[in-house]
Amino acid sequence: MNTAVALDKTGSPLSEPVYELSNVSKTYARNLVVALEDVSLTLRKGSFTSVIGSSGCGKSTLLKIMAGLIPPSQGRVTLQGQPVTGTRRDIGMMFQQATLFPWKTAVENIVLPIEIRDGKAAATKALGKAHELLEIVGLKGFEDVYPNELSGGMAQRASICRMLITEPAVLLLDEPFSALDELSRDMMNMELQRICREQDATAFLVTHSIQEAVILSDEIVVMKPRPGRVAEVVKVDLPRPRTLDMMTTPKFGEIVDYIRGMLDKGEDL
Amino acid sequence: MSDVASNTPLANQDGEDTVWVQELSLIDSVPRSIAMIFVFVVFVGTWQLVTALEMVSPIILPTPWETLMDMLFVGKNLLTGGYMLGALWITIQEVILGFALAIAIGFSLGILVGETAFGEKAVMPYLVAIDTMPKVAFAPLFVAWLGFGIESKVALAAFIATFPIVVGTAAGLHSADENARMLFKTMGATRLQTLFKMKLPSGLPQIFTGLKIGAVGVMAGAITGEFLGGGKGFGELIRVAASQLNTPRVFSLILYLSLVGLVVYLLVMYAQRKIVFWHEERVGAHD
Repeated sequence: MNTAVALDKTGSPLSEPVYELSNVSKTYARNLVVALEDVSLTLRKGSFTSVIGSSGCGKSTLLKIMAGLIPPSQGRVTLQGQPVTGTRRDIGMMFQQATLFPWKTAVENIVLPIEIRDGKAAATKALGKAHELLEIVGLKGFEDVYPNELSGGMAQRASICRMLITEPAVLLLDEPFSALDELSRDMMNMELQRICREQDATAFLVTHSIQEAVILSDEIVVMKPRPGRVAEVVKVDLPRPRTLDMMTTPKFGEIVDYIRGMLDKGEDL
Repeated sequence: MSDVASNTPLANQDGEDTVWVQELSLIDSVPRSIAMIFVFVVFVGTWQLVTALEMVSPIILPTPWETLMDMLFVGKNLLTGGYMLGALWITIQEVILGFALAIAIGFSLGILVGETAFGEKAVMPYLVAIDTMPKVAFAPLFVAWLGFGIESKVALAAFIATFPIVVGTAAGLHSADENARMLFKTMGATRLQTLFKMKLPSGLPQIFTGLKIGAVGVMAGAITGEFLGGGKGFGELIRVAASQLNTPRVFSLILYLSLVGLVVYLLVMYAQRKIVFWHEERVGAHD
């Protein structure tokens, strides 16, 4: 179905599905707006999927349903074989803002999900793991620093750790680096790729940037608005690990152009 | 034209650093201590002038010197444990108990109003209605209910100080941002966890604003209570001195009283610095 950039599946065997959505729709009863119509998606173990689309295409609604924050009106939502009927500890989430709490040190912020779910004692036990995670994201030595003293990029690194501490089966990323400057953003994207590979994480990214989606993803879900629906799933066949240099290759440009063309068409509707 | 000439780089100026002239007006560049002394001197000077020229009767306004002498007398009485110290202690007790009561009630009501839909819909309208009443007018009722002792003054002081604390607490609970709420939801936090681990700490700056307004009100409440309900506190001393037309005494008693108010206020500020260490409050335009 992908024409210009028909990128066939590679020979590697498909890994098991982690997150499955089938025929999911969402209608807001209050104003009869159809936010999502018949969306089906499969996230496989260790894969990186992005969703892109103009505003109003239902990206955030989709993400909220996947996070268990709001229920779908129709369709099935299953994570690791269990229907998602609310927020769960095997779902990790990250927002545009780091949302670290200023009265807690970096490491205390990171063990907060454990503190909330299992209590203070469990959080204390998890401190060692939090230190390891901080080392992985390059924040060694900043354990006892308060968020006020961290830069935007450092704060987002800490919030990555907070997401990872509960070892979630899926990472939901809501434009995580869009508040950063472009240089830090590129760097953080490469970091994100590295961390996802190291942890064999299944990631789902909402973004406004086509380049960001292409450089990070195995699959890009292109969505169209009114009603929010999936226009096409584009496979990205660039080798892993990805590097920033790949952004200058013809293949990269081809995929970016293809997606941009599709989004422009969507705007005309 | 000379400006333009000096802006063009000249060959013989090489090696010189670029120096900017700080554009700070004279009035903003005066050091704090000198500025404070200046205002004090102008104030006392005007006061001295007005009294020396007898522009107002000495019964209405004593000279600064008379006031200072009386302050020394009152200070000596306080330091040697005279009857004024006993009166001051009564007023201090009223202020402390009134403030503690206001914090307990204001904080609880603030959580009820700020956290529950029931409180917001059913309790807040009544609180607003009571808050618009002149609270001092309740003083005779408190005297009737609680007698002429310290209790009626504590009640009035607490009554006045409670409302800003309620409003501050409720506003603080509403101040937590959307992402933080969503994050707590994704972490599966219970309502109580969200309240105590996120909403209350986020709202501490507003809560302390309420406490500071309350701290000012509690002193006004205690003294008003003493004026209207008798007793043996500092307010009673002021009332007696005023009825004897002893204006210097009234002035010096008020000044000592303001010290107590200042201490309460500074204690709240100190607690704020220690507890809300991450939140820097801007007070002055040049801080």
